[in-house]
Amino acid sequence: MNNEHATLKERLGTAFPLTLLVVLTIPVVIGYIWILISTFSRSTYGLEPQGRLTLENWSFLWEDPKIWGVTLNTILLSVGQTIGVVLISALAGYALSRIGFPGRKTFLSFTLILHAFPSVTLLIAIYFVLRWIAQIPILGHGIPVIGGFGYNTVGGVILVQLALQLPLGIWLMKGFFDNVSWDMQRAALIDGCSHFRAWWNIIMPIIRPGVAALAIFSFITGWGSFLIPYTFITDQENSVLAAYLRGMMGETAPVSYSTVAAVGLFQLIPVMIFFIFTQEYLMNIFSGGSKGGT
Amino acid sequence: MAVTSATTRASSKDGLIRKISSASTGFWFMSPSIILVVLFFFIPSVIIIGLSMTNLSTATGFRNYEWIGLENYQKIFTHPDTIPTALRTIFYVAATLAFFNVGLALVIALLTTHVPRRAGFIFRAIWLLPRITPSVIYLMMWKFTAAASPYGILNRYFPFLGGQNLIPDAPWVFVLLTNGFVGASFGMIIFASAIESIPKDYMNASLVDGCNAWQRIRYVILPALRWPLLFVTTYQTLSLLTSFEQIFILTDGQFGTEVWALWSYHRALSNYWGNFQWGFGAALAVVLVIIGALAAIVYMRFFRFNELVQEPGIDVL
Repeated sequence: MNNEHATLKERLGTAFPLTLLVVLTIPVVIGYIWILISTFSRSTYGLEPQGRLTLENWSFLWEDPKIWGVTLNTILLSVGQTIGVVLISALAGYALSRIGFPGRKTFLSFTLILHAFPSVTLLIAIYFVLRWIAQIPILGHGIPVIGGFGYNTVGGVILVQLALQLPLGIWLMKGFFDNVSWDMQRAALIDGCSHFRAWWNIIMPIIRPGVAALAIFSFITGWGSFLIPYTFITDQENSVLAAYLRGMMGETAPVSYSTVAAVGLFQLIPVMIFFIFTQEYLMNIFSGGSKGGT
Repeated sequence: MAVTSATTRASSKDGLIRKISSASTGFWFMSPSIILVVLFFFIPSVIIIGLSMTNLSTATGFRNYEWIGLENYQKIFTHPDTIPTALRTIFYVAATLAFFNVGLALVIALLTTHVPRRAGFIFRAIWLLPRITPSVIYLMMWKFTAAASPYGILNRYFPFLGGQNLIPDAPWVFVLLTNGFVGASFGMIIFASAIESIPKDYMNASLVDGCNAWQRIRYVILPALRWPLLFVTTYQTLSLLTSFEQIFILTDGQFGTEVWALWSYHRALSNYWGNFQWGFGAALAVVLVIIGALAAIVYMRFFRFNELVQEPGIDVL
């Protein structure tokens, strides 16, 4: 085959799929373009801003006293959930990957089954577990900041979301640990290092990229989570951003959607920043989460 | 069973001590996970089955409820909403899967692997956006897209649509679109990585043999995707069957879009009348729990389960 001919053919060969991709992808992008335009205009007709550009829609940041409480709760939820998922599944993943203990295989099988199991079907029963925890003194409803770990507290929501994400976390972490060579750890253990120190000082630093990936994934899902906070925190105005935004949406007609869009963009910004810098990690989690390992 | 190679090599007494110590270390490492899994998976599974055999509701209160055996399940069998809801759910799962989670996912995976690598990666990243966007914001975008004229994006640029809010007119179109655009990325990533791992020799051989693009897809790529296709289909069937967050935010089950999982949620945890029928809602959920548990076990057996739970490759010391 002639070289020039090949490049022409190649070019034609990529032009068609590229065009088709652009056409298919437009609907995905339009919503994001709308939200950007809308937050800076009084109202929009389709994608066209009406009137001059304005910062008025952002006045909720200083005029709405509830927004910062709700934002704090969202931060608590996503950060708490992230730390919990990473630490607890790293502990379990290490044990499942490196320590032979009775019941190991059983637990691993259960983790795998739970990973495929749709945990959202258990919400009704989890409601009763949380109500039960709420009756325990202090632990249930007497902890400052997070409110406790029972029903109608941020701590309770953290606990539920953390637990439901554990099967995925443990499975991923075990995969990361499986890929680390044994030599260094063996040397440490022979020198009398405990498993706990070997885990924290030697292995965890090696799998830092994996830990970062799971942490980012967990943070993003926690930050955007709606259903569980909405179900288990009764007062939407002391809940998280997503529930608060849903409440606003219900009360607002499309005419003044711009104010709602501003709150939406406010919630979207951290996710987008994370996303821009970490798409590759995330892509691995979304496929790795199903296959085990990175 | 556990510390196999190490124990056989070491003297038996030494081995026993090590076995006990590794058992207790293992236990300490596992204990936080075990507590949470018991608290939020096992206990709820027991509760939901027990609950489904009571008439517990706001009306009975937490003290005056009664055990009513399988009455809730009889009620499901005779309820006028049962068959329409079941059919709706099947339609929703099948259509979203066929058009988006498998269909569109395959198309995007094929397209992004046939353009320059960098471009393909950018497009896949864009398709990941709906998945990472907080669901309330994502559905807010769709609600505005479908809003009445002159605000809504579709009505603004396609006047023949009529100008009214489009969601009540075509609820299923929007339910399928919103779910499908999120769902497509899962299959897309898995298919794309499977396509990229097809040996270059096969691809080149097909070119030398004079295959056109379509023949290459049909005879080289699709056969290599048999396993990923099966995996995505089965996995997504289960998650579509039980997820209802998008529908809940978009239509809240109005306009005939109440699927089975949402029906259960509405009955037990969220309805306008404030009468929470925990017992009946639990019975509706148990139907899904059983399907979910069976499917999860079958997948894990089917998708090389035993390879995944093998003993640690090399053992301690």
